[in-house]
Amino acid sequence: MTDFGSDSFGSNSDSSKTDKELQQFLMVEKQKAQFNAQIHEFNDFCWDKCVDKPSSKLDSKTETCLVNCVDRFIDVSLLITNRFAQLLQKHG
Amino acid sequence: MDSLSGGLTSSQKDELMDQVKQQIAVANAQELLTKMTEKCFKKCIAKPGTSLDSSEQKCVVMCMDRYMDAWNSIAKTYTARLQKERNNISGNL
Repeated sequence: MTDFGSDSFGSNSDSSKTDKELQQFLMVEKQKAQFNAQIHEFNDFCWDKCVDKPSSKLDSKTETCLVNCVDRFIDVSLLITNRFAQLLQKHG
Repeated sequence: MDSLSGGLTSSQKDELMDQVKQQIAVANAQELLTKMTEKCFKKCIAKPGTSLDSSEQKCVVMCMDRYMDAWNSIAKTYTARLQKERNNISGNL
């Protein structure tokens, strides 16, 4: 493989620095993508739960419902995760 | 060769990063579009007629705007919650 960067400038560290940068970049982008995917999922089912007929504005009742929907979902997720971990400890 | 970049020049690296970002943005927009179409069709078209009548069109337009409002509202709530949980963890250490 012809490798311009590392040989011609005599520094292998150039390529490993680029590697680190790319790894860092991909990690951040992956987290952003996971965050976005989670919001798509929340929006999917909270929309069904909270929004009746679309009107000209998101009214405060609907908005409160959306906020509660997200927070309670996370509560349930934490509760189940913790209890599941306890069950595993006891019986596993 | 184990190197991820395999000796990319710095401009090649920037180009790669831009491409990745752009592809993610496109995928994100497509997801939003698909979901919005599905949800607004469900809400606004009760009985599909021979054409999309004006009240249905109005409903779809409003539905789109509200769906994006809801998206933003949920993004804000989720961000705040993540921050709160993170603070809880660092507080318990």
